[in-house]
Amino acid sequence: MPRRERRRYLALEVQSEQPLNGRTVMDAVEASVQRLFGEYGASQANLRLMKYIPPNRQLVIRCSHKALEKVRAAIASTIEINGKTAFIHVLGVSGTLKALSKKT
Amino acid sequence: MRRFADLHLRVPLNDLLQMEKMVRKASELGYSLVAIPLSPHATREQVIQLQRLCREAKIDLATRVNLSPRTSSELLHNLRRLRRKFELVSVICSTKDVARQAAKDRRVDLLRFSVTNLRKRFFDAAEAELASQAFSSLEIEMAPLLQLAGASRIRLLSRLQREVATAEKFRVPITISSGATGEYLMRGPHDYAALATLFDLPLSAALKALSENPYAMVERNRKKLSPDYVAPGIHVVGRKAGA
Repeated sequence: MPRRERRRYLALEVQSEQPLNGRTVMDAVEASVQRLFGEYGASQANLRLMKYIPPNRQLVIRCSHKALEKVRAAIASTIEINGKTAFIHVLGVSGTLKALSKKT
Repeated sequence: MRRFADLHLRVPLNDLLQMEKMVRKASELGYSLVAIPLSPHATREQVIQLQRLCREAKIDLATRVNLSPRTSSELLHNLRRLRRKFELVSVICSTKDVARQAAKDRRVDLLRFSVTNLRKRFFDAAEAELASQAFSSLEIEMAPLLQLAGASRIRLLSRLQREVATAEKFRVPITISSGATGEYLMRGPHDYAALATLFDLPLSAALKALSENPYAMVERNRKKLSPDYVAPGIHVVGRKAGA
């Protein structure tokens, strides 16, 4: 039986001049991964949006544990979303959602 | 626990509010030491103001000067004049002569190269050999990597991959700094370490370039600048009262 893929959950905080929703931020992250690592790299990252907390502008995303550093690099290289200055900080990384909520 | 340092936080010295924001942000991101570049003619009051700001943000401050000489004799003149005034001296190597002189001079801490004109990046094997003997460090700024896009970023990454390989071969310490001019270009140390993997710097080496390497440099220079320092390996351990 194939082993279940190991994942990493990342808590992110977005700072931007404009109001944003989770999907927009996620699209920006995915575009950044694709820009840096191509479609093959993006497919290996296996990115998913888990939840978005609008008042705090925080979101939780999931990626493959093997692609964690690539995803972090892509997140760090994001300097604009929808043409406006924006930046995303990684608040914490964990292997489970429960541990992530304790960390952040 | 690992302590992280950002040796090039380019705060606008004439904008107190922005300066405060950036220093606080650095502290929030997990840095415990920042180096702020000052003008060679910086006044004592300016330094005291910055120190107070950093103390409030619970972050250590190192003073830094960026030299951009056009000739090697100009570099030597500037080093004689400024070395003892600042904790860190960085040289922007715009010509090969300046690059070679800066690499072999022990008074130079950080070697910087142009990010826009890649022909002016003189960090080759000869430069690395000189730098390794003089304990100079190769500084890699991350802000241009964030700001550039497309072909220019690809070219810069490619050049950095070559330079990092050369630096590792000759055991030249690498220092990663933000070079941030605003909050939006500031990232946490682990984010920079992840970005550094883009130019083939292993994660452990990238974290070292953000913590051990800059800290070792600042501590070494602080020791040298202390009044008790005499020569390498010799320092005053006590003074006789009235002597």
